[in-house]
Amino acid sequence: MIDRTALEALTRRPLPFLGSSWPWRGAAYLAAGAVPGVAAGLVVAAAASGALLGPALAVVAGLAALALSIVVIAPFERLRLRLVDPVPVPGAPHRRGREAGLVIMTLLALWWIDLVMLAFTIGGPVVLALSPVLQEELTPLAGALAVVAGLLLLPVAAYTITAWAGARGAMVRAILAPAGSELEEVLRSRARLVDAFELERRRIERDLHDGAQQRLVSLSMALGMAGLDLPAGSEPARLVALAHDEAKRALAELRELIRGVHSQVLTDRGLAAAVHDVAGRSPVPVDVRVDLPGRLPAPVEVTAYYVVTEALTNLAKHGGATRATVTGLVERGTLVVEVCDDGTGGADPARGTGLTGLADRLAVVEGRLSLSSPPGGPTRLRAEIPC
Amino acid sequence: MRVVIAEDAVLLREGLAGLLERFGHTVAAAVGDAPALVEAVTEHRPHAVVTDVRMPPGYSDEGLRAALELRARHPELAVLVLSQYVEQTYAAELLESGGGAGVGYLLKDRIGDVREFVDALGRVAAGGTVVDPEVVRQLLSRRRDPLARLTPRELEVLGLIAEGRANASIARHLHVTEAAVAKHIANIFAKLDLPPASDGHRRVLAVLAYLRS
Repeated sequence: MIDRTALEALTRRPLPFLGSSWPWRGAAYLAAGAVPGVAAGLVVAAAASGALLGPALAVVAGLAALALSIVVIAPFERLRLRLVDPVPVPGAPHRRGREAGLVIMTLLALWWIDLVMLAFTIGGPVVLALSPVLQEELTPLAGALAVVAGLLLLPVAAYTITAWAGARGAMVRAILAPAGSELEEVLRSRARLVDAFELERRRIERDLHDGAQQRLVSLSMALGMAGLDLPAGSEPARLVALAHDEAKRALAELRELIRGVHSQVLTDRGLAAAVHDVAGRSPVPVDVRVDLPGRLPAPVEVTAYYVVTEALTNLAKHGGATRATVTGLVERGTLVVEVCDDGTGGADPARGTGLTGLADRLAVVEGRLSLSSPPGGPTRLRAEIPC
Repeated sequence: MRVVIAEDAVLLREGLAGLLERFGHTVAAAVGDAPALVEAVTEHRPHAVVTDVRMPPGYSDEGLRAALELRARHPELAVLVLSQYVEQTYAAELLESGGGAGVGYLLKDRIGDVREFVDALGRVAAGGTVVDPEVVRQLLSRRRDPLARLTPRELEVLGLIAEGRANASIARHLHVTEAAVAKHIANIFAKLDLPPASDGHRRVLAVLAYLRS
């Protein structure tokens, strides 16, 4: 397991943790509190030297020094954060206010709290361990006990330092990148990934269509022509017919495969036509009532299409349905697709990956999936996608 | 018969031309995209067009759109559309053009059965309707309840009618006499409350309309 942050490292077993670099990184993080400390000192010094010439100048000099500190300390805090949390913080030019707040907090309080923490947790055990040297009047027994206590406290210090540094890091991250912003970025990157997959599927479909499929059709045609010239009932005629059948079967299998990869009618004619076609291929009779105001954005159409195909595949496989209905309409800017059947119900999202996969796909387009499938049926799958 | 072929895969285009010529048809032009198809039809005025659905420049459904446009412009022109997949939507759009007379929609796979393929083209050119068995199978699977009244043999006959076959062809396919086929057909039409139709092409449309409703 790889620890991404100091706080995650704390959950490891003691020996691997103490042997890792995390306690050292935590200590380095806290020690780096000296830099904003120096900056705070400079701000105070600027204000004080300004005060010698007049109170107004004190304010001006102090504010100028503060502004300068914000510019210097904010990137330093980002850099420092990487000691305990190497995951990059998304850059955000419009969050200058948050950065300024963080720097002011650091200058006022955090820097010295960091240093005091470090001094107490490390200084305490070190002083204890060195007490025989520092305090010559100590009895040998008391000195020995102090050394042991000091040495025992050092690992404890490692935990304390890492915990505080980790918590400080989490705080800085929360200030610089509020939870929502990172989630948005994750959603966007997931949407990009889905788009990339979709593009790839289209490319594969296109390649198969232009390549293997055309060749198989030509092969099948050539075999059909060859069959014409052979005397009926002869051995060569039988073999050519056999090869012809195989070519036709390969074509049929390839066609099914390609259909699963990408639906051409969806791209050409939109969701309603694609749903009609997929319903037509279902072994269970399906009533389709899809009424849409025109073409919808491609990601919405693709997602809705997957919902319908997955639902129809599921109800054909299990559920004992004899009839199903697919409805689709746009209500207040949301596409609502429902697939209902009269089967035995009891569909469980926890079993099988189909429904979970659908929910994941819907999450990418900020849609919702709900399922009602009591034992005994009926089953109703509902997807809502903003469009 | 003079035919114009539109197919973007060279191998297949040449193969199709060779096949049709072998059966005594004249290939007036063999082109590789939809605009060229429209142009070739204007220039050569063929009896029939055989076209792929998906062609340049957009590789979506240019061939089908060109076919519909040509049908609108020359209602007497027979059009046989070939597709790598059967899509009911495409079939429906074709059947609606010019009342479904002289149109065909077949999977490309069917070219391999050369004799039947050339027969189908002949039927389309004669004003008939040809629908791929795959489309018919999908339509049949959708209308399960009323069709339950048909015997398995009658279902089989219904499927063959929908494909656009005449009684003689159905009889050959099922290895029965034409009289037996006629009896089956009468039973089917009675059971499904379809108006009796003697004209082959009207009969196909009645069955397709029933299946699609």
